[in-house]
Amino acid sequence: MSNPILQLHDLRVEYDTAAGPALAVDDVSLKLEQGEFLAIVGESGCGKSTLLFAIAQLLTSPAHTTGGSVVFDGVDLTSLTPEALRAYRWRDISVVMQSAMNALNPTVTIGAQLADACEAHTDWDHARIAKRSAEVLSMVSIDAVHLKSYPFQLSGGMRQRAMIAMALLLEPRLVIMDEPTSALDVVAQKTLMQQVETLRRELGFSVLFVTHDMSVVSHFSDRLAVMYAGQIVELGTTREVFDHPMHPYSQGLMEAFPSLFGEKRDLTGIAGNPPSLVDVPPGCLFAPRCPHVMDECHTVRPELVQIGPHAVRCHLVNKLERR
Amino acid sequence: MKFLVRRVGFLLIALWSALTVNFFIPRLMPGNPAESMMAKFHGHVNPGAIKALEVAFGINNHQSLISSYFEYLNNTLHGNLGLSLSYFPIPVSTVILRALPWSLGLVGVSTILGFVIGTAIGAIAAWRRGGLLDSVLPPVFIVISAFPYFWIGLLSVWLFALTLGWFPILGGYTETATASWSFSFIGDILWHSVLPAFTILLTSIGGWILTMRNNMITVVAEDYVKMARAKGLKPRRILWHYAGRNALLPNLTGFAMSLGFVISGAILVEYVFNYPGLGFTLLQAVQNEDYPLMQSLFLLITVAVLVAIFISDIATVILDPRTRSGS
Amino acid sequence: MKPLSLVGRSLGSVYRFLRRDKKAMVGAIILFVLLVITAFPNWFTPDNPAAEIYTPGAGLSWAHPLGTTSFGQDVFSQLMAGTRQSVMIALIVGFLSTFISVAIGITAAYTGGLVDDFLSLFTDVVLVIPTFPLIIVITAYLKSASFWLMVLVLVITGWSYGARQLRVQALSLRNRDYLLAAKARGESSWYVICVELIPPMTSLIVANFLSSALYAVLTAAGLQFVGLGNINTESWGTMLYWAQNNEALSIGMPLWALAPGIAIAVLGSSFALLNYAFDEIANPALRPVTTKRSKKALA
Repeated sequence: MSNPILQLHDLRVEYDTAAGPALAVDDVSLKLEQGEFLAIVGESGCGKSTLLFAIAQLLTSPAHTTGGSVVFDGVDLTSLTPEALRAYRWRDISVVMQSAMNALNPTVTIGAQLADACEAHTDWDHARIAKRSAEVLSMVSIDAVHLKSYPFQLSGGMRQRAMIAMALLLEPRLVIMDEPTSALDVVAQKTLMQQVETLRRELGFSVLFVTHDMSVVSHFSDRLAVMYAGQIVELGTTREVFDHPMHPYSQGLMEAFPSLFGEKRDLTGIAGNPPSLVDVPPGCLFAPRCPHVMDECHTVRPELVQIGPHAVRCHLVNKLERR
Repeated sequence: MKFLVRRVGFLLIALWSALTVNFFIPRLMPGNPAESMMAKFHGHVNPGAIKALEVAFGINNHQSLISSYFEYLNNTLHGNLGLSLSYFPIPVSTVILRALPWSLGLVGVSTILGFVIGTAIGAIAAWRRGGLLDSVLPPVFIVISAFPYFWIGLLSVWLFALTLGWFPILGGYTETATASWSFSFIGDILWHSVLPAFTILLTSIGGWILTMRNNMITVVAEDYVKMARAKGLKPRRILWHYAGRNALLPNLTGFAMSLGFVISGAILVEYVFNYPGLGFTLLQAVQNEDYPLMQSLFLLITVAVLVAIFISDIATVILDPRTRSGS
Repeated sequence: MKPLSLVGRSLGSVYRFLRRDKKAMVGAIILFVLLVITAFPNWFTPDNPAAEIYTPGAGLSWAHPLGTTSFGQDVFSQLMAGTRQSVMIALIVGFLSTFISVAIGITAAYTGGLVDDFLSLFTDVVLVIPTFPLIIVITAYLKSASFWLMVLVLVITGWSYGARQLRVQALSLRNRDYLLAAKARGESSWYVICVELIPPMTSLIVANFLSSALYAVLTAAGLQFVGLGNINTESWGTMLYWAQNNEALSIGMPLWALAPGIAIAVLGSSFALLNYAFDEIANPALRPVTTKRSKKALA
């Protein structure tokens, strides 16, 4: 039954810094099913964007994949040559970036940017390319007249939607999104998310969505992964993680969001700072900030353990479960 | 369009400033150079010419400064630049028009070649970051850019002309040859232009390589280049259409601003090679104290630079759609 | 931000960088050596540079490592003696030029409005007019330019590029919050400019100084070469003038013409190398890529 389209096995990414290599993604393993929407949340610097680009094989110096594999549809992408990799790009895996203003070539028209993706992977003629370009634009409610526009002539929301349209040009099976809503206001955010959801249901692609704002994905994602200091600390269905967070960090995150309904309650943050990625301390990386810290948390590194539909990386949870 | 109109306005102001400075310099110099020049030529030229010079330089003049100024502007804009003293009685305009094609050819072609080749090399060097081009070029060209233009000229004269005898030592063409449009004469001209062109090319190319390389490095880090990779475009397309195109824009502006420096180098190169262009004529005019010629040459060189800047502005408008709508 | 500590930190990072970057180290050493020669030329001139007492056109020998001129002067001594003028002109013009660039650039950026419009227009016009022909015309009228006259002319024509660059950077800093905070605290404009605005611009200002110095060296040499400087002083440019006028290259005394050029290039290179190192400080992305893994910009 399970037909994962994407599997990560112990993926490891390091950054070369003046102080030594910084471990940005720490042996991450994940599975993504066909048609599934998986959201990855975490604070700034937790490694979620790095993870995304590592999966898409888009890392640039000083970041390097130093271990593990990324298996897409049975093929390990990390073992492919750049030429072989190109065949997968956009046709099977496409990317939506955070800021459309920066992600679109400022001196080339939207139409030309749509066209060159088509030209790189298909043998369509001009007419077909134009037809398809107009088609994807209308999917995101942008008039085809904007094929002749330059990016600076569109509004922020339109640009972001244009990026989504571009991502769907070749009907990919996996769309990777790196905080596509961060630059938008809340109303535009909702519109964008609904659009993505509608298209996903229609076309059946999988989505890997990274964000620091959980509320954005809470109504759309099937599963939710919480990342901290380069590790996945909790993974489960969205509803489960939201309603019953098990890792102390996830609990802290949920506590930090006020609810629109219900009684007013005091907001609490999570005291302290994330650890240095260069000198990674032994044991649990969240130990210095954890309200439930125990002795073994400082010395023994917790593994990601499956507990029912939920996976958690925490000694305390393991202890409670075993009782 | 608005962008171009503003630029034309600016260039006109610059031109007017140059004209004004040109007018006031002889009048501000100590020792009244104009008068000493007059004294030198008195008796050697006819009274009409003397009168013209008096008017041009404002000597023995009962006209007010303001009306002299406007008369000067009027004359200049009509191309009435006076008579040359060292080539008397040939008008200045004739002398400079004779020299103009030589400079346009030599300086124009080598500068453009330098820009195009340098920019391409810089783009490729940045693309293959850490590669041979990228590590070797910057220090090499930093050192070369510190050599005075004219010294490279001297070096090439000594090496290629005097020692190896491959090229002529000086001149734009062989003096004894008859001027014609025949192949042999054109070949002769080209043969004479190789060393000076090589000198200008070598000294100016370093600057283009380095600035393009630096711009490219910044652009390659931009998100839209990452996006182009994500789309699986061919590397060559990314290099030229995504990265190169955007990195070129600040380079064009740089081209316009560094023209002044290139011109100064070119003047000295012409001097070293006795190449009959505007620069050489200017320095000869200085040696002969031919002030009317000298000043008009300064003006013409200024106009040439302003025109070149305008052309690069047009190129910017073509390449960068953001300037077209004035966003 | 305490101004001293900020300047101190900038200089500290400069020093650390010089140690790491070979180019900068080479440039700094060259400059140091030339400064020593400038300060104590007599230590390095075995003969009186102006004395025309030797065999003209002598070849290389221990007594005359670079030969003699056609007047019988020792080329090596001349070269050493000429160092002072070139180095001095570079440093003085560099300093004055940078001073004016800073004053105009920062005033324009900080004051804004009409003052900015006017200063910018003025700067751009000066920038665009080809200065070398202008300098030639001016010095032609003056017959020959003394040292200070040349300094004046070079400074007047050389400040505009720096002013433009500094204005751009000052503009981008001007809107930063910490400046607004200083103003909100009630600090005077002078304080804000000197203490908060200038220190972060230190590396750009130093880079400006270096490129003005380079410009001064090359342009002064060019002027002297064509005889517009004072041909009776000892400098590298005048050596070139005399060499050219006596057709040194053709009569078998190439070193007389080539050596001063190399000297100019050496001084100029030191400025250019240091300048490049400063570019790398300001923009870390330009620093040399050292690891073997980064062969191509994009894998």
